[in-house]
Amino acid sequence: MAKLPADFADLEPFTDWCLAAEDDRFAKRYGSNMDEMQTFYDAVFPRMQDALAYLDKFDLDDLPEDAYNLLLLYYSLCTISFPVEAWRQPRVPDAGAAHISNVLAPAV
Amino acid sequence: MAHFPKPAEGSWTQHYPDLSTADASYEDSISPEHYELERKAIFGKTWLNVGRVEQLPKVGSYFTKEIDAARSSVIIVRNAEGIQAFHNVCRHRGNKLVWQDFPREETSGTARQFICKYHAWRYDLGGACTFVQQESEFFDLDKAKYSLADVRCEIWQGFIFINFDKDGTQSLVEYLGPLAAGLEGYPWGEMTAVYKYKSDIGANWKLFIDAFAEFYHAPVLHSRQATAEESRKLQQYGFEALSYQIEGPHSMVSSWGGMSPPKDPRMVKPIERELRTGLFGPWDKPFDIELPPALNPARHKAWGVDSFVFFPNFMILVWEPGWYLTYHYWPTAVNRHTFEAALYFAPAKNATDRLRQELAAATFKEYGLQDANTLEATQSMLESRAVSEFPLNDQEILLRHLHQTARAFCAEYVKTTPGAKPSPALV
Ligand code: FES
Ligand SMILES: [Fe+2]
Repeated sequence: MAKLPADFADLEPFTDWCLAAEDDRFAKRYGSNMDEMQTFYDAVFPRMQDALAYLDKFDLDDLPEDAYNLLLLYYSLCTISFPVEAWRQPRVPDAGAAHISNVLAPAV
Repeated sequence: MAHFPKPAEGSWTQHYPDLSTADASYEDSISPEHYELERKAIFGKTWLNVGRVEQLPKVGSYFTKEIDAARSSVIIVRNAEGIQAFHNVCRHRGNKLVWQDFPREETSGTARQFICKYHAWRYDLGGACTFVQQESEFFDLDKAKYSLADVRCEIWQGFIFINFDKDGTQSLVEYLGPLAAGLEGYPWGEMTAVYKYKSDIGANWKLFIDAFAEFYHAPVLHSRQATAEESRKLQQYGFEALSYQIEGPHSMVSSWGGMSPPKDPRMVKPIERELRTGLFGPWDKPFDIELPPALNPARHKAWGVDSFVFFPNFMILVWEPGWYLTYHYWPTAVNRHTFEAALYFAPAKNATDRLRQELAAATFKEYGLQDANTLEATQSMLESRAVSEFPLNDQEILLRHLHQTARAFCAEYVKTTPGAKPSPALV
Protein backbone atom coordinates (compact mmCIF):
# COMPACT_ATOMS: atom_id res chain seq x y z
CA MET A 1 0.00 0.00 0.00
CA ALA A 2 1.45 3.34 -1.03
CA LYS A 3 1.72 5.85 1.81
CA LEU A 4 2.55 8.87 -0.35
CA PRO A 5 0.70 10.56 -3.24
CA ALA A 6 1.38 8.83 -6.57
CA ASP A 7 3.53 11.73 -7.84
CA PHE A 8 5.98 10.97 -5.03
CA ALA A 9 6.25 7.20 -5.49
CA ASP A 10 10.05 7.63 -5.73
CA LEU A 11 10.08 8.61 -2.04
CA GLU A 12 8.19 5.50 -0.84
CA PRO A 13 11.41 3.79 0.38
CA PHE A 14 11.70 6.52 3.02
CA THR A 15 8.25 6.41 4.60
CA ASP A 16 9.65 5.07 7.88
CA TRP A 17 10.55 8.77 8.36
CA CYS A 18 6.83 9.70 8.36
CA LEU A 19 6.60 10.24 12.12
CA ALA A 20 4.00 12.53 13.65
CA ALA A 21 5.86 13.40 16.87
CA GLU A 22 8.96 15.60 16.85
CA ASP A 23 10.53 13.53 19.62
CA ASP A 24 10.13 10.41 17.46
CA ARG A 25 11.74 12.12 14.47
CA PHE A 26 14.60 13.26 16.66
CA ALA A 27 15.03 9.78 18.16
CA LYS A 28 15.15 8.24 14.67
CA ARG A 29 17.84 10.73 13.69
CA TYR A 30 19.92 9.86 16.78
CA GLY A 31 19.44 6.17 15.93
CA SER A 32 20.55 6.56 12.28
CA ASN A 33 24.00 6.72 10.74
CA MET A 34 25.21 9.42 8.34
CA ASP A 35 24.93 7.18 5.25
CA GLU A 36 21.26 6.54 5.96
CA MET A 37 20.55 10.21 6.51
CA GLN A 38 22.55 11.34 3.48
CA THR A 39 20.62 8.90 1.26
CA PHE A 40 17.34 10.17 2.65
CA TYR A 41 18.43 13.80 2.24
CA ASP A 42 19.63 13.27 -1.34
CA ALA A 43 16.30 11.73 -2.32
CA VAL A 44 13.98 14.14 -0.53
CA PHE A 45 15.71 17.53 -0.78
CA PRO A 46 15.54 17.86 -4.60
CA ARG A 47 11.78 17.11 -4.51
CA MET A 48 11.00 19.75 -1.87
CA GLN A 49 9.62 22.42 -4.21
CA ASP A 50 7.47 19.82 -6.01
CA ALA A 51 6.19 18.55 -2.68
CA LEU A 52 5.34 22.03 -1.42
CA ALA A 53 3.62 22.95 -4.68
CA TYR A 54 1.54 19.78 -4.30
CA LEU A 55 0.79 20.30 -0.60
CA ASP A 56 -0.01 24.01 -0.86
CA LYS A 57 -3.08 23.13 -2.95
CA PHE A 58 -4.73 21.65 0.15
CA ASP A 59 -6.26 23.26 3.19
CA LEU A 60 -3.81 22.42 6.02
CA ASP A 61 -6.65 21.36 8.32
CA ASP A 62 -7.98 19.00 5.71
CA LEU A 63 -4.95 17.17 4.31
CA PRO A 64 -5.62 13.72 2.83
CA GLU A 65 -3.61 11.04 4.61
CA ASP A 66 -1.07 10.55 1.81
CA ALA A 67 -0.43 14.30 1.64
CA TYR A 68 -0.03 14.44 5.41
CA ASN A 69 2.56 11.65 5.19
CA LEU A 70 4.42 13.65 2.58
CA LEU A 71 4.47 16.67 4.89
CA LEU A 72 5.77 14.48 7.74
CA LEU A 73 8.58 13.32 5.49
CA TYR A 74 9.64 16.96 5.11
CA TYR A 75 9.40 17.56 8.87
CA SER A 76 11.96 14.78 9.10
CA LEU A 77 14.10 16.52 6.48
CA CYS A 78 14.18 19.50 8.87
CA THR A 79 15.20 17.17 11.71
CA ILE A 80 18.14 15.71 9.77
CA SER A 81 19.20 18.92 8.01
CA PHE A 82 21.69 19.88 10.73
CA PRO A 83 23.48 16.51 10.79
CA VAL A 84 23.76 16.48 7.00
CA GLU A 85 24.42 20.15 6.27
CA ALA A 86 26.39 21.25 9.34
CA TRP A 87 27.39 18.70 11.96
CA ARG A 88 28.45 15.75 9.76
CA GLN A 89 27.28 13.57 12.64
CA PRO A 90 23.83 12.54 13.91
CA ARG A 91 24.22 14.14 17.34
CA VAL A 92 24.30 17.83 18.18
CA PRO A 93 27.99 18.52 18.92
CA ASP A 94 28.76 19.32 22.55
CA ALA A 95 25.21 18.45 23.58
CA GLY A 96 26.20 15.39 25.65
CA ALA A 97 23.24 13.78 27.36
CA ALA A 98 21.11 16.94 27.32
CA HIS A 99 17.55 16.25 26.29
CA ILE A 100 14.84 18.70 25.21
CA SER A 101 11.42 17.25 24.71
CA ASN A 102 8.74 18.65 22.41
CA VAL A 103 5.51 18.74 24.42
CA LEU A 104 3.25 20.67 22.05
CA ALA A 105 3.15 21.43 18.32
CA PRO A 106 0.47 22.76 15.96
CA ALA A 107 -2.05 20.06 15.04
CA VAL A 108 -0.63 19.51 11.53
CA MET B 1 36.76 47.33 18.04
CA ALA B 2 33.39 48.96 18.62
CA HIS B 3 30.82 48.45 15.90
CA PHE B 4 27.87 49.97 17.73
CA PRO B 5 27.83 53.08 19.93
CA LYS B 6 27.87 52.74 23.72
CA PRO B 7 26.55 55.21 26.31
CA ALA B 8 28.59 58.31 27.16
CA GLU B 9 29.98 56.66 30.33
CA GLY B 10 32.02 54.42 28.03
CA SER B 11 30.21 51.16 28.78
CA TRP B 12 26.70 49.81 29.25
CA THR B 13 27.58 48.58 32.73
CA GLN B 14 28.86 51.96 33.92
CA HIS B 15 25.79 53.63 32.44
CA TYR B 16 23.88 51.97 35.31
CA PRO B 17 25.53 53.27 38.48
CA ASP B 18 24.01 50.53 40.66
CA LEU B 19 26.07 47.93 38.81
CA SER B 20 29.68 47.34 39.73
CA THR B 21 32.39 46.22 37.34
CA ALA B 22 34.10 43.98 39.91
CA ASP B 23 34.46 40.23 39.56
CA ALA B 24 31.28 38.36 40.49
CA SER B 25 30.73 35.55 42.95
CA TYR B 26 28.53 32.63 41.91
CA GLU B 27 27.92 31.47 45.46
CA ASP B 28 24.28 32.44 44.85
CA SER B 29 24.01 29.56 42.37
CA ILE B 30 25.51 26.83 44.54
CA SER B 31 24.54 27.60 48.14
CA PRO B 32 21.58 25.48 49.34
CA GLU B 33 20.87 28.04 52.08
CA HIS B 34 20.70 30.79 49.47
CA TYR B 35 18.30 28.74 47.39
CA GLU B 36 16.01 28.41 50.41
CA LEU B 37 16.04 32.19 50.71
CA GLU B 38 15.32 32.64 47.00
CA ARG B 39 12.31 30.33 47.21
CA LYS B 40 10.68 32.58 49.77
CA ALA B 41 12.08 35.99 48.89
CA ILE B 42 11.65 35.67 45.12
CA PHE B 43 9.29 32.87 44.12
CA GLY B 44 7.04 33.55 47.11
CA LYS B 45 6.86 37.30 46.48
CA THR B 46 6.98 38.22 42.81
CA TRP B 47 4.65 37.97 39.82
CA LEU B 48 5.26 34.69 37.96
CA ASN B 49 4.09 34.10 34.40
CA VAL B 50 2.28 30.77 34.09
CA GLY B 51 0.90 30.91 30.57
CA ARG B 52 -1.30 32.73 28.11
CA VAL B 53 -5.02 33.39 27.81
CA GLU B 54 -5.23 31.35 24.59
CA GLN B 55 -4.69 28.26 26.75
CA LEU B 56 -8.08 28.97 28.36
CA PRO B 57 -10.40 29.52 25.39
CA LYS B 58 -13.77 29.08 27.13
CA VAL B 59 -15.52 29.03 30.49
CA GLY B 60 -14.40 25.84 32.24
CA SER B 61 -11.00 25.67 30.50
CA TYR B 62 -8.26 25.12 33.06
CA PHE B 63 -4.66 24.07 33.46
CA THR B 64 -2.53 23.27 36.48
CA LYS B 65 0.97 24.55 37.16
CA GLU B 66 3.45 22.90 39.51
CA ILE B 67 5.65 25.50 41.18
CA ASP B 68 8.14 23.53 43.18
CA ALA B 69 10.03 26.60 44.40
CA ALA B 70 6.86 27.75 46.14
CA ARG B 71 6.02 24.15 47.09
CA SER B 72 2.69 24.76 45.38
CA SER B 73 0.41 23.50 42.67
CA VAL B 74 -2.04 25.97 41.20
CA ILE B 75 -5.23 25.63 39.15
CA ILE B 76 -5.73 28.41 36.60
CA VAL B 77 -9.30 28.45 35.30
CA ARG B 78 -11.57 30.58 33.18
CA ASN B 79 -14.95 31.13 34.83
CA ALA B 80 -17.80 33.56 34.19
CA GLU B 81 -15.78 36.35 35.89
CA GLY B 82 -12.64 35.87 33.85
CA ILE B 83 -9.43 34.04 34.73
CA GLN B 84 -8.72 33.07 38.34
CA ALA B 85 -6.09 31.00 40.15
CA PHE B 86 -6.50 28.70 43.15
CA HIS B 87 -4.22 26.56 45.23
CA ASN B 88 -4.73 23.01 44.00
CA VAL B 89 -5.61 21.79 47.49
CA CYS B 90 -8.89 20.23 48.61
CA ARG B 91 -10.28 21.99 51.65
CA HIS B 92 -11.39 18.73 53.24
CA ARG B 93 -8.12 17.00 54.05
CA GLY B 94 -5.63 18.46 51.66
CA ASN B 95 -5.64 16.08 48.73
CA LYS B 96 -4.40 17.54 45.47
CA LEU B 97 -7.65 18.46 43.75
CA VAL B 98 -6.91 18.38 40.02
CA TRP B 99 -4.53 15.82 38.51
CA GLN B 100 -4.58 12.95 36.06
CA ASP B 101 -2.93 9.61 36.67
CA PHE B 102 0.26 11.13 38.08
CA PRO B 103 -0.28 13.69 40.85
CA ARG B 104 3.04 15.44 40.17
CA GLU B 105 2.34 16.04 36.48
CA GLU B 106 0.63 19.13 35.12
CA THR B 107 -2.68 18.69 33.37
CA SER B 108 -5.24 20.73 31.44
CA GLY B 109 -8.77 20.38 30.11
CA THR B 110 -12.32 21.61 30.43
CA ALA B 111 -14.53 21.11 33.46
CA ARG B 112 -17.92 22.19 34.78
CA GLN B 113 -16.68 21.75 38.34
CA PHE B 114 -13.78 20.18 40.22
CA ILE B 115 -14.42 16.98 42.18
CA CYS B 116 -11.91 15.67 44.70
CA LYS B 117 -10.82 12.11 43.98
CA TYR B 118 -10.61 11.31 47.69
CA HIS B 119 -14.07 11.90 49.20
CA ALA B 120 -15.83 13.68 46.33
CA TRP B 121 -16.12 17.20 47.68
CA ARG B 122 -17.03 19.50 44.80
CA TYR B 123 -16.04 23.05 43.90
CA ASP B 124 -17.48 25.29 41.23
CA LEU B 125 -15.27 27.17 38.74
CA GLY B 126 -15.15 30.14 41.11
CA GLY B 127 -13.68 27.92 43.85
CA ALA B 128 -16.82 27.75 46.04
CA CYS B 129 -17.47 24.43 47.75
CA THR B 130 -20.79 23.19 46.41
CA PHE B 131 -21.06 19.64 47.71
CA VAL B 132 -19.84 17.76 50.76
CA GLN B 133 -20.21 14.00 50.84
CA GLN B 134 -22.32 12.95 53.89
CA GLU B 135 -22.50 16.54 54.97
CA SER B 136 -24.63 15.70 58.05
CA GLU B 137 -21.72 13.71 59.54
CA PHE B 138 -19.78 16.96 59.98
CA PHE B 139 -20.24 19.36 62.86
CA ASP B 140 -22.26 22.40 61.75
CA LEU B 141 -20.14 22.61 58.62
CA ASP B 142 -20.67 25.82 56.67
CA LYS B 143 -19.61 25.11 53.09
CA ALA B 144 -19.18 28.82 52.45
CA LYS B 145 -16.07 28.74 54.66
CA TYR B 146 -14.41 26.05 52.58
CA SER B 147 -13.82 27.68 49.22
CA LEU B 148 -10.54 26.94 47.46
CA ALA B 149 -7.72 29.19 48.64
CA ASP B 150 -7.14 31.74 45.95
CA VAL B 151 -3.86 32.92 44.48
CA ARG B 152 -3.46 36.46 43.15
CA CYS B 153 -3.82 36.35 39.39
CA GLU B 154 -3.53 39.22 36.87
CA ILE B 155 -3.13 39.46 33.14
CA TRP B 156 -0.86 41.63 31.02
CA GLN B 157 -1.20 41.54 27.22
CA GLY B 158 -2.71 38.06 27.42
CA PHE B 159 0.11 36.71 29.65
CA ILE B 160 -1.30 35.20 32.86
CA PHE B 161 0.69 35.87 36.03
CA ILE B 162 0.21 34.66 39.60
CA ASN B 163 1.68 35.90 42.86
CA PHE B 164 1.90 33.82 46.06
CA ASP B 165 2.33 36.89 48.26
CA LYS B 166 -1.12 37.17 49.86
CA ASP B 167 -0.26 40.50 51.44
CA GLY B 168 1.39 42.02 48.38
CA THR B 169 -0.17 45.20 47.07
CA GLN B 170 1.81 45.93 43.92
CA SER B 171 -0.24 45.30 40.79
CA LEU B 172 1.21 43.27 37.94
CA VAL B 173 1.41 46.26 35.60
CA GLU B 174 3.20 48.29 38.24
CA TYR B 175 5.62 45.41 38.87
CA LEU B 176 6.39 44.92 35.18
CA GLY B 177 7.07 48.62 34.77
CA PRO B 178 8.12 50.67 31.76
CA LEU B 179 9.89 47.94 29.78
CA ALA B 180 6.66 45.94 29.60
CA ALA B 181 4.62 49.08 28.96
CA GLY B 182 6.79 49.64 25.91
CA LEU B 183 5.85 46.21 24.57
CA GLU B 184 2.11 46.75 24.71
CA GLY B 185 0.29 46.48 21.43
CA TYR B 186 2.49 43.81 19.86
CA PRO B 187 0.12 41.28 18.23
CA TRP B 188 0.80 38.51 20.79
CA GLY B 189 -2.73 37.17 20.54
CA GLU B 190 -2.47 36.54 16.81
CA MET B 191 0.48 34.21 17.15
CA THR B 192 -1.37 31.07 18.06
CA ALA B 193 0.68 28.35 16.34
CA VAL B 194 2.68 27.20 19.36
CA TYR B 195 5.59 24.79 19.78
CA LYS B 196 6.50 23.97 23.38
CA TYR B 197 9.61 22.28 24.71
CA LYS B 198 10.57 21.12 28.17
CA SER B 199 13.80 19.96 29.72
CA ASP B 200 15.10 18.99 33.12
CA ILE B 201 18.37 20.87 33.56
CA GLY B 202 21.05 20.04 36.11
CA ALA B 203 21.94 23.64 36.90
CA ASN B 204 20.77 26.56 38.99
CA TRP B 205 17.88 28.43 37.31
CA LYS B 206 19.90 31.65 37.00
CA LEU B 207 22.65 29.97 35.01
CA PHE B 208 20.32 29.24 32.10
CA ILE B 209 19.04 32.82 32.12
CA ASP B 210 22.71 33.85 32.03
CA ALA B 211 23.16 31.75 28.90
CA PHE B 212 20.21 33.38 27.15
CA ALA B 213 20.88 36.90 28.39
CA GLU B 214 24.25 37.21 26.67
CA PHE B 215 25.27 36.51 23.09
CA TYR B 216 28.98 36.74 23.86
CA HIS B 217 28.97 32.92 23.70
CA ALA B 218 27.05 32.63 20.43
CA PRO B 219 29.86 32.91 17.85
CA VAL B 220 31.91 30.41 19.89
CA LEU B 221 29.65 27.75 21.41
CA HIS B 222 27.33 27.75 18.41
CA SER B 223 30.04 28.34 15.83
CA ARG B 224 29.29 25.29 13.73
CA GLN B 225 25.68 26.36 13.21
CA ALA B 226 26.62 28.64 10.35
CA THR B 227 28.59 27.70 7.26
CA ALA B 228 32.35 27.32 7.86
CA GLU B 229 33.37 30.62 6.29
CA GLU B 230 30.56 32.50 7.99
CA SER B 231 31.41 30.99 11.34
CA ARG B 232 35.06 32.12 11.05
CA LYS B 233 33.92 35.65 10.31
CA LEU B 234 31.44 35.71 13.18
CA GLN B 235 33.98 34.52 15.71
CA GLN B 236 36.47 37.16 14.61
CA TYR B 237 33.80 39.81 14.82
CA GLY B 238 32.60 38.70 18.27
CA PHE B 239 29.34 40.00 19.62
CA GLU B 240 28.15 43.49 20.44
CA ALA B 241 24.56 44.32 21.27
CA LEU B 242 22.71 47.24 19.71
CA SER B 243 21.39 48.26 23.09
CA TYR B 244 20.83 47.19 26.70
CA GLN B 245 18.03 48.54 28.88
CA ILE B 246 17.57 48.03 32.60
CA GLU B 247 14.40 49.06 34.44
CA GLY B 248 14.08 47.98 38.07
CA PRO B 249 14.40 44.19 38.31
CA HIS B 250 13.82 43.72 34.57
CA SER B 251 16.12 44.13 31.61
CA MET B 252 16.54 43.62 27.89
CA VAL B 253 19.19 43.21 25.21
CA SER B 254 18.64 44.28 21.65
CA SER B 255 20.63 42.36 19.07
CA TRP B 256 21.37 42.58 15.38
CA GLY B 257 20.77 39.73 13.01
CA GLY B 258 20.81 40.21 9.31
CA MET B 259 19.91 36.66 8.40
CA SER B 260 16.36 37.10 7.21
CA PRO B 261 17.02 37.15 4.37
CA PRO B 262 20.84 37.09 4.47
CA LYS B 263 22.82 39.56 2.39
CA ASP B 264 24.60 36.69 0.71
CA PRO B 265 22.64 33.41 0.38
CA ARG B 266 25.88 31.45 0.83
CA MET B 267 25.88 32.59 4.47
CA VAL B 268 23.15 30.06 5.33
CA LYS B 269 22.59 26.34 4.94
CA PRO B 270 21.00 24.94 1.75
CA ILE B 271 17.69 24.05 3.38
CA GLU B 272 17.39 27.58 4.77
CA ARG B 273 17.98 29.05 1.32
CA GLU B 274 15.51 26.66 -0.23
CA LEU B 275 12.80 27.26 2.36
CA ARG B 276 13.49 30.94 3.23
CA THR B 277 13.63 30.34 6.97
CA GLY B 278 16.12 29.60 9.75
CA LEU B 279 17.09 30.50 13.29
CA PHE B 280 15.48 33.93 13.03
CA GLY B 281 12.27 32.33 11.76
CA PRO B 282 10.54 32.46 8.38
CA TRP B 283 12.08 35.33 6.39
CA ASP B 284 8.76 36.76 5.26
CA LYS B 285 6.55 38.44 7.87
CA PRO B 286 3.07 36.96 8.34
CA PHE B 287 1.58 40.47 8.29
CA ASP B 288 2.69 44.06 8.82
CA ILE B 289 3.70 44.71 12.41
CA GLU B 290 4.11 48.14 13.88
CA LEU B 291 6.83 47.90 16.51
CA PRO B 292 5.93 49.22 19.97
CA PRO B 293 8.60 51.56 21.42
CA ALA B 294 10.45 49.00 23.57
CA LEU B 295 11.35 46.93 20.52
CA ASN B 296 14.52 47.78 18.64
CA PRO B 297 15.14 50.75 20.98
CA ALA B 298 18.18 51.81 18.95
CA ARG B 299 15.92 51.81 15.83
CA HIS B 300 18.81 50.13 14.04
CA LYS B 301 18.26 48.78 10.56
CA ALA B 302 20.23 45.62 11.32
CA TRP B 303 17.92 44.75 14.22
CA GLY B 304 17.27 41.03 14.61
CA VAL B 305 15.91 40.09 18.03
CA ASP B 306 15.16 41.62 21.42
CA SER B 307 15.40 39.50 24.57
CA PHE B 308 13.53 40.69 27.66
CA VAL B 309 14.22 39.26 31.12
CA PHE B 310 11.20 39.77 33.35
CA PHE B 311 12.38 39.01 36.84
CA PRO B 312 12.56 36.42 38.12
CA ASN B 313 12.22 33.64 35.55
CA PHE B 314 10.38 34.77 32.43
CA MET B 315 11.94 35.81 29.13
CA ILE B 316 10.28 37.05 25.96
CA LEU B 317 12.24 37.17 22.69
CA VAL B 318 10.71 39.12 19.84
CA TRP B 319 12.23 38.39 16.43
CA GLU B 320 12.37 40.86 13.59
CA PRO B 321 10.60 38.56 11.10
CA GLY B 322 7.42 38.61 13.18
CA TRP B 323 7.16 35.92 15.84
CA TYR B 324 8.08 35.49 19.50
CA LEU B 325 9.52 32.99 21.91
CA THR B 326 9.21 32.64 25.67
CA TYR B 327 11.48 30.93 28.19
CA HIS B 328 10.68 29.93 31.75
CA TYR B 329 13.08 28.54 34.33
CA TRP B 330 11.34 26.78 37.24
CA PRO B 331 13.78 25.86 39.99
CA THR B 332 13.39 22.45 41.63
CA ALA B 333 16.61 22.50 43.70
CA VAL B 334 19.67 24.71 44.07
CA ASN B 335 21.25 22.85 41.15
CA ARG B 336 18.19 21.79 39.08
CA HIS B 337 15.38 23.43 37.21
CA THR B 338 12.71 22.71 34.66
CA PHE B 339 13.30 24.72 31.51
CA GLU B 340 10.37 25.55 29.25
CA ALA B 341 10.50 27.18 25.83
CA ALA B 342 7.57 28.13 23.63
CA LEU B 343 7.69 29.43 20.05
CA TYR B 344 4.68 31.47 18.91
CA PHE B 345 3.98 31.96 15.20
CA ALA B 346 1.03 33.27 13.24
CA PRO B 347 -0.98 30.23 12.11
CA ALA B 348 0.46 28.66 8.95
CA LYS B 349 -1.65 29.43 5.88
CA ASN B 350 -0.29 26.46 3.96
CA ALA B 351 2.24 23.64 4.05
CA THR B 352 5.10 25.94 3.02
CA ASP B 353 4.44 28.23 5.99
CA ARG B 354 4.21 25.25 8.28
CA LEU B 355 7.49 23.75 7.08
CA ARG B 356 9.26 27.08 7.53
CA GLN B 357 8.11 27.15 11.15
CA GLU B 358 9.17 23.54 11.59
CA LEU B 359 12.74 24.34 10.51
CA ALA B 360 12.87 27.37 12.82
CA ALA B 361 11.71 25.16 15.71
CA ALA B 362 14.21 22.42 14.80
CA THR B 363 16.99 25.04 14.71
CA PHE B 364 16.01 26.35 18.13
CA LYS B 365 16.36 22.82 19.51
CA GLU B 366 19.89 22.35 18.14
CA TYR B 367 21.01 25.55 19.87
CA GLY B 368 19.11 24.79 23.05
CA LEU B 369 20.77 21.40 23.40
CA GLN B 370 24.23 22.95 23.21
CA ASP B 371 23.28 25.61 25.75
CA ALA B 372 21.69 23.08 28.12
CA ASN B 373 24.67 20.77 28.14
CA THR B 374 27.15 23.56 28.87
CA LEU B 375 25.14 24.48 31.96
CA GLU B 376 25.51 21.18 33.73
CA ALA B 377 29.26 21.43 33.22
CA THR B 378 29.27 24.98 34.62
CA GLN B 379 27.18 24.02 37.66
CA SER B 380 29.46 21.16 38.66
CA MET B 381 32.62 23.28 38.28
CA LEU B 382 31.12 26.15 40.30
CA GLU B 383 30.23 23.61 42.98
CA SER B 384 33.88 22.56 43.16
CA ARG B 385 34.54 26.07 44.56
CA ALA B 386 38.03 25.81 43.03
CA VAL B 387 37.47 29.35 41.77
CA SER B 388 35.06 31.77 43.38
CA GLU B 389 35.35 35.11 41.56
CA PHE B 390 34.55 35.56 37.89
CA PRO B 391 35.01 38.59 35.63
CA LEU B 392 31.95 39.66 33.62
CA ASN B 393 32.37 41.82 30.54
CA ASP B 394 30.16 44.63 29.29
CA GLN B 395 28.18 42.25 27.02
CA GLU B 396 27.35 40.24 30.16
CA ILE B 397 25.68 43.18 31.88
CA LEU B 398 22.29 41.48 32.15
CA LEU B 399 23.80 38.58 34.11
CA ARG B 400 25.35 40.98 36.55
CA HIS B 401 22.02 42.71 36.92
CA LEU B 402 20.07 39.46 37.32
CA HIS B 403 22.27 38.06 40.08
CA GLN B 404 22.46 41.40 41.83
CA THR B 405 18.66 41.78 41.70
CA ALA B 406 18.10 38.26 43.01
CA ARG B 407 20.50 38.88 45.88
CA ALA B 408 18.81 42.20 46.66
CA PHE B 409 15.41 40.48 46.98
CA CYS B 410 16.96 37.96 49.37
CA ALA B 411 18.70 40.65 51.41
CA GLU B 412 15.47 42.61 51.70
CA TYR B 413 13.67 39.46 52.85
CA VAL B 414 16.30 38.78 55.51
CA LYS B 415 16.03 42.37 56.71
CA THR B 416 12.25 42.35 57.00
CA THR B 417 11.55 38.78 58.13
CA PRO B 418 12.07 37.97 61.80
CA GLY B 419 14.33 34.95 62.22
CA ALA B 420 15.58 34.91 58.61
CA LYS B 421 19.35 34.52 58.35
CA PRO B 422 21.61 35.73 55.53
CA SER B 423 23.02 32.99 53.29
CA PRO B 424 26.74 32.64 52.44
CA ALA B 425 25.96 34.40 49.15
CA LEU B 426 24.86 37.55 50.98
CA VAL B 427 27.86 38.05 53.25
S1 FES C 1 -9.48 15.36 50.73
FE1 FES C 1 -10.75 16.07 49.17
S2 FES C 1 -12.66 15.29 49.68
FE2 FES C 1 -11.40 14.57 51.25
FE1 LIG D 1 23.17 29.89 23.20
